[in-house]
Amino acid sequence: MLLEIKDLHANIEGKEILRGINLTVNPGEIHAIMGPNGSGKSTLAAILAGRKEYEITQGEILFEGKDLLDLEPEERAGEGLFLAFQYPIEIPGVNTQIFLRAAVNAVRKYRGQEDLDAMQFLKLVKEKTKIVELSDQLLKRSVNEGFSGGEKKRAEIFQMAMLDPKLSILDETDSGLDIDALKIVANGVNALKSPEKSTVVITHYQRLLDYIVPDFVHVLYQGRIIQSGGKELALELERAGYDPIKAQFAEAV
Amino acid sequence: MSTETQTIEALATQEYSAGFVTDIESETLPRGLSEEIVRTISAKKDEPQWLLEWRLKAYRHWLTMEEPHWLNAHYPHLNYQDIIYYSAPKPKEKLASLDEVDPKLLETYNKLGISIDEQKILANVAVDLVFDSVSVTTTFKAKLNEMGIIFCSFSEAVREHGDLVKQYLGSVVPYSDNYFATLNSAVFSDGSFVYIPKGVRCPMELSTYFRINTQDSGQFERTLIIADDDAYVSYLEGCTAPKFDTNQLHAAVVELVALERAQIKYSTVQNWYPGDKEGVGGIYNFVTKRGAARGESSKISWTQVETGSAITWKYPSVLMIGDNSIGEFYSVAVTNNAQKADTGTKMIHLGKNTRSTIVSKGISAGQGHNSYRGLVKVMKGAENARNFSQCDSLLIGNRCGAHTFPYIEVRNPSAKVEHEASTSKVGEDQIFYCNARGIGTEDAVSMIVNGFCKEVFRELPMEFAVEAQKLLGISLEGSVG
Repeated sequence: MLLEIKDLHANIEGKEILRGINLTVNPGEIHAIMGPNGSGKSTLAAILAGRKEYEITQGEILFEGKDLLDLEPEERAGEGLFLAFQYPIEIPGVNTQIFLRAAVNAVRKYRGQEDLDAMQFLKLVKEKTKIVELSDQLLKRSVNEGFSGGEKKRAEIFQMAMLDPKLSILDETDSGLDIDALKIVANGVNALKSPEKSTVVITHYQRLLDYIVPDFVHVLYQGRIIQSGGKELALELERAGYDPIKAQFAEAV
Repeated sequence: MSTETQTIEALATQEYSAGFVTDIESETLPRGLSEEIVRTISAKKDEPQWLLEWRLKAYRHWLTMEEPHWLNAHYPHLNYQDIIYYSAPKPKEKLASLDEVDPKLLETYNKLGISIDEQKILANVAVDLVFDSVSVTTTFKAKLNEMGIIFCSFSEAVREHGDLVKQYLGSVVPYSDNYFATLNSAVFSDGSFVYIPKGVRCPMELSTYFRINTQDSGQFERTLIIADDDAYVSYLEGCTAPKFDTNQLHAAVVELVALERAQIKYSTVQNWYPGDKEGVGGIYNFVTKRGAARGESSKISWTQVETGSAITWKYPSVLMIGDNSIGEFYSVAVTNNAQKADTGTKMIHLGKNTRSTIVSKGISAGQGHNSYRGLVKVMKGAENARNFSQCDSLLIGNRCGAHTFPYIEVRNPSAKVEHEASTSKVGEDQIFYCNARGIGTEDAVSMIVNGFCKEVFRELPMEFAVEAQKLLGISLEGSVG
């Protein structure tokens, strides 16, 4: 098992957002987490990556058997967890390439690997930029500064490729993307797929799942996973919307 | 009138005590300031009459001045009678081994990657120099001598090159300039002197670091740099390693003179003791730095990285006298914990087509307060003067402050003066984003801050820039919770 979330409850400012999440991700699997706005999808992603504003009131998260909640965000990155941000942050003045090299070497250090020297790093950059069709010019600019929406998302997938994670969490990576950009991002994710690596795709729409085909689909609603299934569940949601499932859930509780 | 001033005046007006001069052989003069002290300092250094008179003029003028307090920070009235104005060599206690040195200091040295031998020198541990600094210094000096470059201590310059000193001393910062410069003029103990002859491009960065024998020139330093016609020099001030000096007041004076088409680049990395977290102790760095770009097409460029001191109060300035002359000021000032900085520049345009650039980056963390204060003055005769100023402030945390006080005075309608300012905050989002990519918080802050400062670091000589980056990291350590 790569990731195991058990009965996770979390609050922010006293308000309960997650109310008992259970989720298991095995190596090589792609999971989609869907759900209406405000259901707790991004909160789950943020907690996995290590944001501190949330208070975990109950439950645990294991990453390859280790207590994930015990690790700092940078340690989680080192362990092989990657979050592609819904809204990638701009860091003015910090060159993208310098940032990435710091990130790659920090993660390598954590994994007990040697630093990449400038030549090795550039080689890796060259190899990975191809995957997401990212222009070299973007790498010369400050981190995400002045990037278009599509460029930001592609840059996230590029970073993911560079950091070679075991588990990638894509938080609404499809939001704000036109169909061409969506395909590029999806192709990038698919190119990185392997039997050891897993992906959790968080999305509001089924659209992305035409390109990144999930093994499992989960519906998150009011802080709980209320339904799980195969990829056909996503299609059903696309057709009927969230209302039937919400109604079902309302009856059940 | 304060009691201090009265005491000073009482001392100043007292009879010349002949017996006092016989004390000349002793290493350290008693605490306090008087005309006798000024005379004694001058006598100890075998100074010519003209210099003694200059010092005395300064001293007498100083007595008529009031200690200024207009900066955007508070410091208590200083007791000038409690300062030792002369001691040679400076009697610092030699330590027997590194084991006796404050471990925190050693930790900082290690972070800076300073070799053990250098650490010993910096921490004042008695040591036989393994790397032969004497021979390094001599080889270096021989090479400069060949080119006619003079680079020596101020005292040596007074002895060996008295005419040059006499011609230029006080020509940019007159003895009456301001309270601390005037005090310095009266009591300065030593400092550096540089003269680059006509047409010579100094082949190496000149740094006080190479003059280990005179680096302890104390709290009243005086530096005078002259670049003759078509000459070029890049001068580095200070050592980048932190020195835990116990002197409270540092009142130095730096004068630069650039003649026809000459260029002077002056870089400072200042990392004096900033005091503890509560602001106890620490140095008052009240320094007067000014350059005169006298010659046509001459250029003076100041670059400073100020990370230390309890209070930094200085305005490295350029008088653009020659037509087409250029003044530049690039500054990074960091205030963490209880540190305060009130710094900036004065760009005075006198000649035609003079151009100045100001890039100031203020970083505040902890409860630090950072003020940029700058004056751009275009005089009547300065046709087509140009100035561009950019003042950016970066805040880390919620308890610090940034302030900007730009003054612009234009007396010629052809002038173009531009001022840009920005204030930003190192956001938790930015730090988290770095964390999520595997970069630890301190490295993240250091990266963001270095990115913010890069326009200034670009102006520093290569090795200096690297050390400045490390220093910045160290001085901001623990600033993000």
